[in-house]
Amino acid sequence: MADDAPSPGWSHFPHQGDVGVRGTGRDMAEAFENAARAMTEVVAPLNTIRPAQSVTVSCRATDPSILLLDWLNEVIYAMATRAMLFSDFEVRIEGEALVGEMRGEPVEPARHEPSVEPKGATLTELRVEQQPGGLWLAQCIVDV
Amino acid sequence: MDPTTLKKINPYEWQIPPTGDMRVPATILADEELIRGMDDKVAQQITNVACLPGIVRAAYAMPDAHWGYGFPIGGVAAFDPDAGGVISAGGVGFDISCGVRMLATDLTAAQIRSKQQDFAHELSRSIPAGVGSRGRIHLDDAGMEAMLSGGAVWAVAEGYGTRADLLRTEEQGRMAGATPEVVSPRAKRRQRDEMGTLGSGNHYLEVQEVTDIFDEAAALAYGLSPGQAVVTIHCGSRGLGHQIGTEYLREMALAAPGYGISLPDRELACAPINSELGQRYLGVMRAGINCALANRQILTHLARGVLERFFPGCKAPLLYDVSHNTCKEETHVIDGAEKRLFVHRKGATRSFGPGMGNMPPPLNKVGQPVLIGGSMGTESWVLAGDERSEAAALSSACHGAGRAMSRHQAARTWTGRGVQSELAARGIIVTSPSRRGIAEEAPGAYKDVTRVVETAEKAGLARRVARLAPMICIKG
Repeated sequence: MADDAPSPGWSHFPHQGDVGVRGTGRDMAEAFENAARAMTEVVAPLNTIRPAQSVTVSCRATDPSILLLDWLNEVIYAMATRAMLFSDFEVRIEGEALVGEMRGEPVEPARHEPSVEPKGATLTELRVEQQPGGLWLAQCIVDV
Repeated sequence: MDPTTLKKINPYEWQIPPTGDMRVPATILADEELIRGMDDKVAQQITNVACLPGIVRAAYAMPDAHWGYGFPIGGVAAFDPDAGGVISAGGVGFDISCGVRMLATDLTAAQIRSKQQDFAHELSRSIPAGVGSRGRIHLDDAGMEAMLSGGAVWAVAEGYGTRADLLRTEEQGRMAGATPEVVSPRAKRRQRDEMGTLGSGNHYLEVQEVTDIFDEAAALAYGLSPGQAVVTIHCGSRGLGHQIGTEYLREMALAAPGYGISLPDRELACAPINSELGQRYLGVMRAGINCALANRQILTHLARGVLERFFPGCKAPLLYDVSHNTCKEETHVIDGAEKRLFVHRKGATRSFGPGMGNMPPPLNKVGQPVLIGGSMGTESWVLAGDERSEAAALSSACHGAGRAMSRHQAARTWTGRGVQSELAARGIIVTSPSRRGIAEEAPGAYKDVTRVVETAEKAGLARRVARLAPMICIKG
């Protein structure tokens, strides 16, 4: 890969009321992992979250963009019902099936200072595609 | 948004005339300056809503409209079930029945200020708020079903509040037609520990002072007077509503083509009201409304408990409880004939004028209270439903200031500590588990709420009754 080639990572993109989360990766799975990191960073800084406990989730969809929606919503559901934050994500995609392992720890308000809870991933600005440079892009607006 | 791209009907009503697939006009109720502050996406989203099957009269954007998902926030649209009309999970939103209620206490602002620090501290300890916070009420399966069926009526029966509260709540505290048995186990699981919690983001409990009265008769009917202290609660249906929104947004997006609905954008996910999916969503969405009504009722009880400890014997009757993320079945006159419609209000408040909507006395004489939250450093407002609002926007009005800046940009512009200090210097105490959360909700990140409500009045949506200034803000 050339030095100036875009590298995998995560970012946010602006939305007036909510927030756009974007992940890029060398394959779709890595882009999904980075989209989850972008979503977590909306709540609390990733570097404050210790990867102490592991949770595995799975989902299935024929449309890759719906699979992203389902993946992010699985992360949100695990955060909400387990009162946890996750910083480490490992995604495997085989055909229509996704298995994601995420590592994190219970929310500690004093240390994490979580600013906002994600309510759900939306269909707005929802895109999963391989870009001309070869990197995969996974993004959508998350309601917070 | 560039106002010159719109057709000006009058200074407070602008239109995108129907072209292409639009079935009705898109109407933006705002002045030129507010329109300039709106994202172009608002025009695109409200135009898309105007394309949906069965929409009647117009797709409306309120003065505080901003870019949402599917519908704009501040969007109103009514659909005729007999003309193929649809119901949209995106038109209600994830936070089903998010809303505002206000307790008009018999305390003065001076009494609150005499104990302001301690009172704020006790409120912040007693009101579960913020990410990961848990309520003290944990419902078993039967309790969950009863809550989702009974709403605030269930909460009052459980001892959280009084019967008088129910008369001052939309739907008298219980949304009929809810189907708790159809709500998914995951949605119920997500709610299990979240009853009686405030949430995060822009949700809050505020103690405010009535600073100005603009309509003496309405203020008298509402029990408001200058110098009075009120408690305002803004929150919704918590995890249950979020999960219902998540599930049905997906299902409707995938099912729409099967119903022959061609969506201008997939984010408008919807189903015919008279379809199996439409009816199923309607029942669970109504259960979500009941969850929100029960949640605000429990928070009311918690707030009253703190009031009683600090000001023994004080009264804090409910002025009113409004929901601003809903789809409700209502009767409206369209082209001279009464029609049963399903009215989506997403980030918009119902605004029945005098004599409408079976309001209890004395509210029926002056119109429905319309409660408008500002940002934590600025004022909030009480408006009254205007008789002109039926013609202007199917009896609807704005719901808040509306964001002017993204959370991301706000967090880069301000610090939580800085915002707290600046507000403290003005006599406003803000508590929150998150400093970044405070920065993201900084007053400067919101539009000028005064301009929004003045425009709402000039557009005939609601009349100004009272202005309120914050003293204590408990943020999620």
